[in-house]
Amino acid sequence: MAFTIKINGSEHSIDADGDTPLLWVLRDILEMTGTKFGCGMGLCGACTVHVDGIATRSCITSIDSIAGAEITTIEAIGATATGAGIQKAWLDREVVQCGYCQSGQIMSAAALLASNPHPTDSDIDEAMSGNICRCGTYGRVRAAIKQAAQSK
Amino acid sequence: MELEHSTSQIPGPEQSSGEMDLSRRRFMQAAAAAGGGLVLSFSVPWAVGRVAATGAEDFAPNAFIRIGSDGQIVLVMPYVEMGQGTYTSIPMLIAEELEVDLEQVRLEHAPPDAKLYGNPLLGGLQATGGSTAIRAAWKPMREAGATARTMLVAAAAMRWNVDPSTCHAERGAVLHPPTRRRVDYGRLATEAAHMPVPENVTLKRPEDFRLIGTPAKRLDTPAKVDGTAIYGIDARPRGVKIATLAQSPVFGGRVKSVDDAAARAVKGVRQIVRLDDAVAVVADHMGAARKGLDALIIEWDDGPHAKLNTDDIITELEKATLASGPVAQNIGDCDKALASAASRIQATYQVPFLAHATMEPMNCTVHVREEGCEIWVGTQVIGRAQEAAAKTTGLPADQVVVHNHLLGGGFGRRLEIDGIVRAVQIAEQVEGPVKVVWTREEDIQHDMYRPYFFDRLSAGLDAQGMPVAWSHRFAGSSIIARFLPVAFNNGLDPDSTEGAINLVYALPNLHVEYLRVEPAGIPTAFWRSVGPSHNVFVTESFIDELAAAARQDPVAYRRALLDKSPRARAVLELAAKTAGWGKPLPERVGRGVSLQSVFGTYMAQVAEVAVSKDGAVRVRRVVCAVDCGTVVNPDTVDAQVQGAIVFGITAALYDQITLKKGRVQQGNFDTYQMLRMNEAPDIEVHIVQSSEPPGGMGEPGTSAIIPAVANAVFAATGIRLRQLPINPDALKRATYSGGITNSKSEGNL
Repeated sequence: MAFTIKINGSEHSIDADGDTPLLWVLRDILEMTGTKFGCGMGLCGACTVHVDGIATRSCITSIDSIAGAEITTIEAIGATATGAGIQKAWLDREVVQCGYCQSGQIMSAAALLASNPHPTDSDIDEAMSGNICRCGTYGRVRAAIKQAAQSK
Repeated sequence: MELEHSTSQIPGPEQSSGEMDLSRRRFMQAAAAAGGGLVLSFSVPWAVGRVAATGAEDFAPNAFIRIGSDGQIVLVMPYVEMGQGTYTSIPMLIAEELEVDLEQVRLEHAPPDAKLYGNPLLGGLQATGGSTAIRAAWKPMREAGATARTMLVAAAAMRWNVDPSTCHAERGAVLHPPTRRRVDYGRLATEAAHMPVPENVTLKRPEDFRLIGTPAKRLDTPAKVDGTAIYGIDARPRGVKIATLAQSPVFGGRVKSVDDAAARAVKGVRQIVRLDDAVAVVADHMGAARKGLDALIIEWDDGPHAKLNTDDIITELEKATLASGPVAQNIGDCDKALASAASRIQATYQVPFLAHATMEPMNCTVHVREEGCEIWVGTQVIGRAQEAAAKTTGLPADQVVVHNHLLGGGFGRRLEIDGIVRAVQIAEQVEGPVKVVWTREEDIQHDMYRPYFFDRLSAGLDAQGMPVAWSHRFAGSSIIARFLPVAFNNGLDPDSTEGAINLVYALPNLHVEYLRVEPAGIPTAFWRSVGPSHNVFVTESFIDELAAAARQDPVAYRRALLDKSPRARAVLELAAKTAGWGKPLPERVGRGVSLQSVFGTYMAQVAEVAVSKDGAVRVRRVVCAVDCGTVVNPDTVDAQVQGAIVFGITAALYDQITLKKGRVQQGNFDTYQMLRMNEAPDIEVHIVQSSEPPGGMGEPGTSAIIPAVANAVFAATGIRLRQLPINPDALKRATYSGGITNSKSEGNL
């Protein structure tokens, strides 16, 4: 059967099994490749999107579980003030190396700041420890989150 | 960031220009939205070498620079971007001499052409690895820029009928100050193309550098924060199908039988491809492909390695070290010095197999047709990718087109072409293009691993505790022997021994032997920090053992051996001073130091670790002092050290690949852990100013941190770690009694 999902404000009808992970709908059906595949088990955070504002691992989120929800992806996060602030901080701090995990890092960070505008170090640890960066950009990720929080 | 596909006029096998145009528009819009003014352009690689076809008025004095009459300045990147910042630092070298700003250039991936883009430090192979890019590019890229600039100045001088020496170049234009004339490069392109190519060019003096040595913004960052950057896994040629695969769980095994009835019934599954040693499920999307894969019932013939366990390999390596092997370095008479030493110390060390675990899992997109093969991938070896596809398909190499992409991590994994061959084998059986994406489990369990090494050391100390003899013999796989056989001579290669020979210390008698042993049943490959990832852990732990045996401070002990190595001494002293070496620490907290000269770079690190009562090690702080010669982009040096340290701590604390009945026992990030944000230390990087030629920076940070952590654990607990990863159980037993004289050991002394 077809499922209707709402992504970045637009509704899409998806003809796939209900247990299909949102990640593959985004990447392979809707051709939105900004959201990345890392582990398929919710262990690395590369696939993080927002479901009604909550940072969510799209690789373990089936499309039959998100009816009526507002999905936001990296392609649209810059349209929010928080997202744009995070992206600017990422540029100012030169966070990125290979960059593959950074869509997920930014989505996790944007969800954190949207709900907690002035996070402590332990808040940052809690929100960001689900996002693996093999290039080891953690120090700059932390600094960029703090910068974005300061300028809010 | 702009994605510029398919600008070539060469008839190629791919005719998907409609879709490509869409992509191009999308990315031009993205670039405009990003507002950076700086765009990356990714042309069809095979367009570049013959790009004259796209504009007879272009000025292309060499393979790295192309200036269009429209003013567009394109730089072709001979080394690939995998996070190490080479797509910023190489442009800096060219732009410095070409006299353009980084904001004025576009970048292109180089096509496969080893004659033009071969790496002189890797035997002319077109490859990015071994922390060689800046070292290899330092002179040629500046010369390329200077050549182009000289020709542009000559063209302007001819146009104005003035002496070229009265003109100079600045920010993409030639100026003639006496007459206040100025002309942009683009308007000189046609004339410059007709100027003679100068045989010799004068390079700028370091004091005149505008870009080199000044922190530069990375050119690839804007596209990496808004989701528009395109990695190999993001390639989407029109009509692409998605495949995932199961390869024989035992290396060397084969498919015996496949029951694919349930897989075929999965919605979206299109085809099951059976190979001798793998089965792939081709589907409309990865969700269906994975579901299909799970539904397959495959019976394997495990082959000759069905009973192989890691212990068998360790035994093989350990035995090998009992006999002598090729001598990598000999100074003085080690045996004699050992015999007459006041005291002797012996130890054995071991390091495990390690997976790369790039965040972008292995993938490759291929379209095989009768007339040609087209590949979309992120690779560190584009020429080898082309050759491998040609060999697999039987097509001539010039009918294989490889589109290179940004790499979601390399670390040596993408120096190998096994994934490309595999994708071509699958694509040969599929109508239309197919993207083969490995699951994370497949990526970990069918990696090519950092080899296991077994090391045996002995040292003799004089009455004052200083080393008079140093003997080191080790056994393990040689990657070079397989990867670049021309560099493997007399049983030795420069990578396996780096960090074990040419130590920074003045040792009067030293003897180092390396035995190449290739354990069957597990493939090996380069891994970040390659030979030094193993050797520096061993040598810097062992020198720490000697200091402890001599009851001396580890920093003072090392410094006493550095009279002839001022660069090493300088980084050691800087790291120790800034780390507060010697200042008191709480119980079960310790500092460890390491010092090395590898990849042409001197580095010292001080790690501060806390060991909990249950044996868990937390690295709290790392101070690094680095002398990498002339610095191109200081911000990248800092970033590479930080990243390499996290990479090394991950290895020190967590990771090993083990085999049981021939099968890799680790599979995903639950069983092959990565250091995470909450575990990452504070890292300080101090760069020593130097006018020496540049050294490599992608890898030294990884080899240096591992012994620094192990030595810090010793300082905190008195337990000497001679085997990685660190075993918390061994540290549970530790009852800290303070001081450096307590030398209980863990492992197999």
